[in-house]
Amino acid sequence: MTDLAAAAAVKPTPHVKENAIIRFENITKRYGKVVAVDNVNLEIREGEFFALLGPSGCGKTTLLRMLAGFETPTEGRVFIDGQDVASLPPNKRPVNMVFQSYAVFPHMKVADNVAYGLKMDGVEGGEVKRRVEEALELVKLGGYGDRMPDQLSGGQRQRVALARALVKRPRVLLLDEPLSALDAKLRDQMRSELTSLQEKVGITFIMVTHDQDEALAIATRCAVMNRGLLAQVATPADLYEFPNSRFVADFVGSVNMFEGVLDKDEQDHAIVRAQELSAPVYLDHGVTGARGSTVWVALRPEKIEMHKRPEGSSPMKMEDAPAGTNVVSGVIRDIVYLGSETIFEIELESSRRVRTFRSNLTRYDQEDFTWDEPVWLAWHACSPAVLLS
Amino acid sequence: MEQTWRQARGAFAAIAAPPLVWLLLFFLVPLGVIWAYSFGENVGPITIDLTGTFANYMRALEPLYLSIFGKSVIVAGVTTLLCLLVGFPVALAIAFASPRMKAWLLLLIMLPFWTNLLIRTFALIAVLREQGYVNFGIEWFWNLASSARELVGMAPLGDYEPLTLLYNNAAVIVGLVYVHLPFMVLPLYSALDRMDRSLMEASLDLGAGHLRTILLVVVPLAAPGIASGVLITFIPALGSYLTPDLLGGTDSQMIANVIERQFKKANDWPFGAALSFLLMYLTFFAIAAQALIQRKPGRR
Repeated sequence: MTDLAAAAAVKPTPHVKENAIIRFENITKRYGKVVAVDNVNLEIREGEFFALLGPSGCGKTTLLRMLAGFETPTEGRVFIDGQDVASLPPNKRPVNMVFQSYAVFPHMKVADNVAYGLKMDGVEGGEVKRRVEEALELVKLGGYGDRMPDQLSGGQRQRVALARALVKRPRVLLLDEPLSALDAKLRDQMRSELTSLQEKVGITFIMVTHDQDEALAIATRCAVMNRGLLAQVATPADLYEFPNSRFVADFVGSVNMFEGVLDKDEQDHAIVRAQELSAPVYLDHGVTGARGSTVWVALRPEKIEMHKRPEGSSPMKMEDAPAGTNVVSGVIRDIVYLGSETIFEIELESSRRVRTFRSNLTRYDQEDFTWDEPVWLAWHACSPAVLLS
Repeated sequence: MEQTWRQARGAFAAIAAPPLVWLLLFFLVPLGVIWAYSFGENVGPITIDLTGTFANYMRALEPLYLSIFGKSVIVAGVTTLLCLLVGFPVALAIAFASPRMKAWLLLLIMLPFWTNLLIRTFALIAVLREQGYVNFGIEWFWNLASSARELVGMAPLGDYEPLTLLYNNAAVIVGLVYVHLPFMVLPLYSALDRMDRSLMEASLDLGAGHLRTILLVVVPLAAPGIASGVLITFIPALGSYLTPDLLGGTDSQMIANVIERQFKKANDWPFGAALSFLLMYLTFFAIAAQALIQRKPGRR
């Protein structure tokens, strides 16, 4: 598994350094009997754009607020830049936060908002002015200094919040659901702007999000959380292609999951028998599980090929397909045309439904298949992820 | 919904008419009568001629009455200021309390409302008089200190002279602050409770301490609440009658006490009416000032 994971394409991140700038050590947070964060150990490296990803109530925001100093861990220690920050109040920590609601002071001009933190640090007047202008320039709000926040759009207010935090040159910038309040078009734009901004300033960014697309698109690494526990910490590609559990496979992206029994597990191949699949699943790698144990086969929809199946034909011979390709038969029950791609829902012989995506490569592709058409579904022996939990 | 309400004019009128009639008959008409009296002259014990004279107003502007007006404004102003200084931390504490505590604390603030003002004022007299709890408390410490001095061989203190805490301006202000505090706390609380907590967190995050956060972020954002709290405290304090009457001395009467005397003992209704309307104009002035202050930051 691990050597396979390493094979996934890794985004070049020359600005990420080796040293851990954030370290959570056995962090637990309880509210009465409720455990919000459960014994989390996590290191975040300097220069990373790190995402804390998970459904609401998974503890990701609590973890972020512990870095800012708004929450104190019940157990464990938090280190920022090697320093145990347990006794540091929020105003003494070398981190700054961009709040979900942006929290731009409504009674202050944009420039005064950005200057606020500098004035608190006792920075000289001329220096304040220069750095405020620089920060506004950085977030493309040059010339907006004299506006009041209510004269700005939501996206612009977020830039003010970004400038206000970055102007203090924190060691770490914390972002709480930074894109959730923006509309879809603006969100796409802000995604790439956040990435390039982070590369430009070279500061470690830590983002909390419940949106897996957002985390995959922006982050250099993600931690997926579930009920206070760290489920998996990995690069976006590893999370998607090599999930370590059913929860991660299901939470990150769309997936077809089949419960099965590990029938054969050799060095170079394995076979899983799943009741809902008419043919055994052939895998071109070993699984390291006990023979006869229950496993789950997770298959991403876009990794399933669909071929026409004339009524009454025997299982297709895929001479031109790579060795070990898996094939099952089914009937198309639903088609959702999305423009760039089409989603098909196929009913297998076991009456289990399976999803597959098909890119519309030409303008006529969407006419290829129709409702109630019999098809073959096939996938490569390396495509399914086998999950032990 | 709106459409159907507008169309149902009959129902609308039927609902609106009784309160309107009530207001007209028992508020606007008597007010108009008093207003007319203020331009009248006493010609007999119960006869008033509406001559259209301004004499009552000229008399009300004499230094004697002007000084009482001025004093009333000062007493009400000091009361309001004290209410603000005491009420702001209280409101802040309630706004940040847990939901359970919040309900109890608000109840505590409201509790005095459920007791008659007269009873509350007499209770205050029991606290402040020479044989009251405050003096008892001080006397106890006085005697303790006295015996302590004797123990170390020093001359004992003399007999305790009770402090005069009643029947002066300070007593009036203490009483007014006590009575009007809820009027200040409630609008402050509602302004602070509505405030986006992340604004305060942002201030802390940017390096401000708690005090600077309160001064630079909380107070400016609570300004509308502060303004309405100030107004809602100042107006009734300015017109208070019972508190200065019961707790004040001969020199602590406020304008409402003077007005009362005109209507009763002096039997000079036209002059009392003129004083009343001057007080009302003063109140309007305060409301207008508040509206102006609130409009100033305008661009919000």
